[in-house]
Amino acid sequence: MPNIIETKKLDGSDILEINFGPQHPSTHGVFRMIVQTEGEKIRGLRPIFGYLHRNHEQIAENLPYAAIMPYTDRLDYVNALANNFGYALTVEKLASLEVPERAEYLRVIMAELARIVNHITVIGFMLNDLGAFFTPLLYAFRERERILDLFEEVTGSRLMNNYFRFGGVKRDLTALHLATIHQIVAKFPAFLEEFETLLSKNEILCMRCQNVGVLSPETATNAGITGPVLRASGVNYDIRKVDGYSIYHRFDFKIPLGKKGDVYDRYYVRILEIRESLKILEQALAKIPQGEILNKKTVPFIKMPRNFKPPVGEAYGRVESPKGELGFYVVSDGTPQPWRYHVRAPSLINLTVLEEMCLGQKIADAIIILGSIDIVLGETDR
Amino acid sequence: MAFTENKTEVDETLRAELASKGVIWTSLDFLYNWGRRSSVWPMQFGLACCAFEMIAAACARYDIARFGAELFRASPRQADLMIISGTVTKKMAPQVVRLFNQMPEPKYVLTMGACAISGGPFIDGYNVLRGIDRYIPVDVHLPGCPPRPEALLHGLMELQKKIASQEILKAEWYQKGLKREFPIPELGPHGLVPKFNPEVWQPAKKDPRREHYGATILIGKKLKAPDLEHAAAVKPAAPGAV
Repeated sequence: MPNIIETKKLDGSDILEINFGPQHPSTHGVFRMIVQTEGEKIRGLRPIFGYLHRNHEQIAENLPYAAIMPYTDRLDYVNALANNFGYALTVEKLASLEVPERAEYLRVIMAELARIVNHITVIGFMLNDLGAFFTPLLYAFRERERILDLFEEVTGSRLMNNYFRFGGVKRDLTALHLATIHQIVAKFPAFLEEFETLLSKNEILCMRCQNVGVLSPETATNAGITGPVLRASGVNYDIRKVDGYSIYHRFDFKIPLGKKGDVYDRYYVRILEIRESLKILEQALAKIPQGEILNKKTVPFIKMPRNFKPPVGEAYGRVESPKGELGFYVVSDGTPQPWRYHVRAPSLINLTVLEEMCLGQKIADAIIILGSIDIVLGETDR
Repeated sequence: MAFTENKTEVDETLRAELASKGVIWTSLDFLYNWGRRSSVWPMQFGLACCAFEMIAAACARYDIARFGAELFRASPRQADLMIISGTVTKKMAPQVVRLFNQMPEPKYVLTMGACAISGGPFIDGYNVLRGIDRYIPVDVHLPGCPPRPEALLHGLMELQKKIASQEILKAEWYQKGLKREFPIPELGPHGLVPKFNPEVWQPAKKDPRREHYGATILIGKKLKAPDLEHAAAVKPAAPGAV
């Protein structure tokens, strides 16, 4: 790779080209960017992808529908359940399957727990990038482990859950599990308050984050940004409300919005979203009915996945993943394998405004702006 | 691989007697390896999903610091151990080999997860390297998708056993004329060139994967696209054909 780092004279000023990554502790994986700086200010930024391109879509087009489910776990590996949710919704739309009442509640409970896991992890990593080295992350991971214990007990795996099935879920939650979730939900606000007293009004955090990496609502909407990054800019768009997929329209929750669209807003919107998720969990735990957890039509396909052949057609399903709008587009040609399978990854599309947010900022801020977008390379590169 | 533990030839009772008087009698090998194995500095280098289990192992519950390996260094120049945590793609493989070359001797490699060992679930991908052991020597393979943090700790303990079995006089990094630069592959239009480093890895004579699966690996590319408009006209509601 020639000329990665070079000094040029342009308009009488020194422009330095700096290479970040792919091996860098703050790039959240194997992301690489080339930054042009003048003094300490950023003049240009060019991201380079593809270091984790592992052919998710191509592999999926040669697999039976059910066998794609574990691959979706590995898209966004911080919260595998949201990916499962999106893919299951798409195939259910394609094959016009219905989901039993109890299964819908189980899906929402697990997806919201995954959202909490994702948000606290992201906040921990963002503060790691800020220079609060490992301390907030240790607090965040302490809580994360409690939820992962539950995931492990229910789904059999800590990270790669593979919990959803077409027309239902894999395993039922027992009364003991529900009691554990009750306990997690009851204890979580105390942790959040502890976290917030340490951070939210911390002077250093405010100085580093406020008015840094401002994203205007117009740019965000035009670039197709979704998720907490969009809502931090003050645009009220949440697919849980807009689409009302699954049973989200039954719950009473608010969409937290930011005012300025800076890094601090993005941090704070995530904290508020955890509180809203806790509200949803409380309501879901109170209302959860008894009953089936899997549509009877799909039970035979658990053992013989190759017999599952949706009719010819196409479907696009989307969910509000913690990172934004996660969409799956599947085209069926009547065979056990999909003809086309595409993922609309929120991390990739949110990354397109990185340069816009970084221009004119100091070079140390580029790292926290990247951290505040919340990318996962498994999803970006696929 | 079987390791032979370094043991002193001094009588145990004599050692105990000396130890009670405040004298420690041991071999230089043991002391040297005790120091090395108790402070393995891994490189902070996350590739994919397994990196999260690596971070979890470094955090409070699993606490890799109990084994002396908590100091994750961001620079390869300061690291002893490279934990390859995740899928190595063909675009990333040259960088991994280059980072390994930059580490000072003695250096060790631990592959974490099925992807780094063999390609794992992504083995059929055109951009996925089927195991990093094709280019660099690997000391510990850690299977799992992803392996639990406890498994990483076990892998580290296995590595410590290996370190304890090495001898100063025979150690290859003290030999004269040591040159352990591994050739860095290049990503060409048809994948990596060279395909593997013959000094490190040789292809197996039999392909166990092909023997097991037979012809089912070779799923042909479908050629005819589905006629979506026609299908919609014939079956407007698409009743659950499942």
